[in-house]
Amino acid sequence: MEKEILVDFDKCLGCRSCEVACAISHSSDKSLLGAIGEKPQKRLFVEQAGKLKAPVTCRHCEQPHCVSACIAGSMQKLPDGTVTNSDTRHKCTGCWMCVMVCPNGVIRRARTDKKAVKCDLQCVDDQGVPACVAACPTKALVFMEIDEFNALKRTKHLAGIL
Amino acid sequence: MTAEKSCDPSVNEMLQIAKKKGISTVWDRYRAQLPQCGFGESGLCCRNCVMGPCRIDPFGDGPDKGICGATADTIVARNLNRYIAAGAASHSGHAKHLAHVLKKVSAGKAADYSVRDEAKLVAVARRLGFETGGLTVSEVAGRVADAALAEFSEREEPLAWVESTLTGGRLAKFKELGVMPSGIDAAISEILQRTTMGVDADPVNNLLGGIKGSLADYAGCHLGTDLSDILFGTPMPVFSEANMGVLKEKFVNIALHGHNPVVSEMILAAAKEDAVLDQAKEAGAEGINLVGICCTGNELLMRHGVQALTHSVSQEMPILTGALDAIIVDYQCVYPSLTTVAQCYGTKVVTTMGIAKIPGAVHVEIDEENALVKAREIIALAIERFKARKDAPTFIPDVKSSVVAGFSTEAIVGALAKLNAQNPLKPLIDSIIDGNIQGVVLFAGCNNVKVPQDSNYLAMVKELAKRDVLMLATGCGAGALARHGFLTPEATEEYAGPGLKAVLTAIGMANGLGKPLPPVLHIGSCVDNSRAVDIAVALANTLGVDIKELPVAASAPEYMHEKAIAIGTWAISLGIPTHLGVVPPVVGSSLVTSVLTQGAEDILGGYFIVETDPVKAAEALFAVIQKRRGGLNLATRAW
Repeated sequence: MEKEILVDFDKCLGCRSCEVACAISHSSDKSLLGAIGEKPQKRLFVEQAGKLKAPVTCRHCEQPHCVSACIAGSMQKLPDGTVTNSDTRHKCTGCWMCVMVCPNGVIRRARTDKKAVKCDLQCVDDQGVPACVAACPTKALVFMEIDEFNALKRTKHLAGIL
Repeated sequence: MTAEKSCDPSVNEMLQIAKKKGISTVWDRYRAQLPQCGFGESGLCCRNCVMGPCRIDPFGDGPDKGICGATADTIVARNLNRYIAAGAASHSGHAKHLAHVLKKVSAGKAADYSVRDEAKLVAVARRLGFETGGLTVSEVAGRVADAALAEFSEREEPLAWVESTLTGGRLAKFKELGVMPSGIDAAISEILQRTTMGVDADPVNNLLGGIKGSLADYAGCHLGTDLSDILFGTPMPVFSEANMGVLKEKFVNIALHGHNPVVSEMILAAAKEDAVLDQAKEAGAEGINLVGICCTGNELLMRHGVQALTHSVSQEMPILTGALDAIIVDYQCVYPSLTTVAQCYGTKVVTTMGIAKIPGAVHVEIDEENALVKAREIIALAIERFKARKDAPTFIPDVKSSVVAGFSTEAIVGALAKLNAQNPLKPLIDSIIDGNIQGVVLFAGCNNVKVPQDSNYLAMVKELAKRDVLMLATGCGAGALARHGFLTPEATEEYAGPGLKAVLTAIGMANGLGKPLPPVLHIGSCVDNSRAVDIAVALANTLGVDIKELPVAASAPEYMHEKAIAIGTWAISLGIPTHLGVVPPVVGSSLVTSVLTQGAEDILGGYFIVETDPVKAAEALFAVIQKRRGGLNLATRAW
């Protein structure tokens, strides 16, 4: 089974380490110090609703609205499941259809170009772990198979009630 | 939407203007900061060295120690101590400044200042143990100033402003715990050393150091009160008004903001001079209208009846009336955003202290030797701005409340003396014994953007007033109550229970007011929390008990500043249970949290009650009062 980026909503403290790591991974320098001048852009967003804090990320949908809406054919679903317009065959033309149809609001405008930027999973380390997950200090963001995620949840749930 | 931001109708009017004009306010900036980092919120972030920054996982699922080995308990305790040190440095910086002024006055080197209250000077000198007979005012002032300055030196004796102002029981307790400070700056810098990397890793030992630091803060506060009374007069009951309706379209409106009357009293003096008033009139104004923001506003209100404009979290709002010509600031609690908001209006933000500058402000530095000259210069800037806006429309909310303030300890005792000249405390004590006054609660602190402005104060005052609890208030807490009409005889008529109403009416009538005193007595600025201590000490000594036996409590329902944390810590150290309406950043350590909220009761008699719901908080404070009444064999009541 493939691994997914999943969120344990009880654990997000709103520290935004994931946002910082995401941005740094999309800089040319790949280090905080080097990235500061460059101002790279994060592609996930830590939000708060009532008392709940949580990262909102691209879900790399199976029927991606952004791919369907893309008039230039730039946004694609890659064979490994990643939804991205980075390094794909056609160039993004900045029409913003993807922005308008994304249900999560996680596609944004590049800082200088009139192009859409989003989570492209180009940040993964040699284990395939995305930068946001690697940076999360509380394991609110995890990269695991859904079966494993559910098993952990079930065990925790049982431990809580028994 | 706006009900989430503030209960104050004038603030809500200004928020509409801010929205229309796209002006960013403290509430917008708060929203942009959400979510705030949970490591910071729980106190589990340590940045004390460059091996870090370290975080402890509050869920026990990650690192449980910092790189040096500090645990959550150590990190939280050290962080708390640094807050206390910063608070103490602020209050004592204010006091130190006053001490230098008094010293110069005594040497004839600060002609713009003088000893306005000789009686207070002599009283303080005597309390410190000096003989004043045969000495001139200057000589006594010099001795008191030297004693004040000596509080900041290296030595072995306990702080005079702690030792000469508290009960024997408290002094013995502090000596037993080893927390008696001998120098104010010494206590502050000891905390910095203790909490830097690799010094004190014991959380409880750290907390004891924090208590010592808080007692240094207490000394600084009391010093500030005493020296301000000596230099500028001890407050006596005064009538005034509060809220934005005090602005006057055809006057040069100048707000005094910050803390030290060393600055604001000079602006007040200059604004009364004929030459300055002529300047204003030449510019087309009918006069100069001075108003106050935060503690320096309270100082001027208490001594001169200067009207209170606004407080704390709403400090940006009066600029949006278009009628505020200048905001003159010294130090503490001044939002740097004022200059950005002022840009849209041309309101002059003037900084006056070398340590407190703001980008975008005009800096006119005031020191003791040139105070009045600079004050006139600053007022001229305000008049200039008035000229520029003279016929432009203003949007001054028609919102203001009358205020009775000026309740220094001396004023309260003086008022009680009209009921019993020989033994002024007796009417108060008798009222407590017979239950007409169930107990006393002191409201202190700030507004915090995390709480709809004033909402906690308003809810709590209503619950306590109707249950015959007498209340005192200071700082922006007093300000909140002032703006909503609680510092009035009418508030007693409307909200006070029968016992409280009877007592306040008796005092009011005996003093020729023709009406009851307000249910909340404004005792002054934040350093004037020391006045409440004087009253508590007097009551305790008269009853032959310690402060921890008295049916008294304190509440900081909407605090935010480090100074508030310092004051709260000395309040519990004095044996006064203290409510906090905003969760403090200590919850990451169950040890520290339990010591502060439970263990402290056994050690000190005082402890913190953390409760964000104001009605539950009032209930908790009432329960404290009833428990203490029971301990004194007084009749108790249910909630």
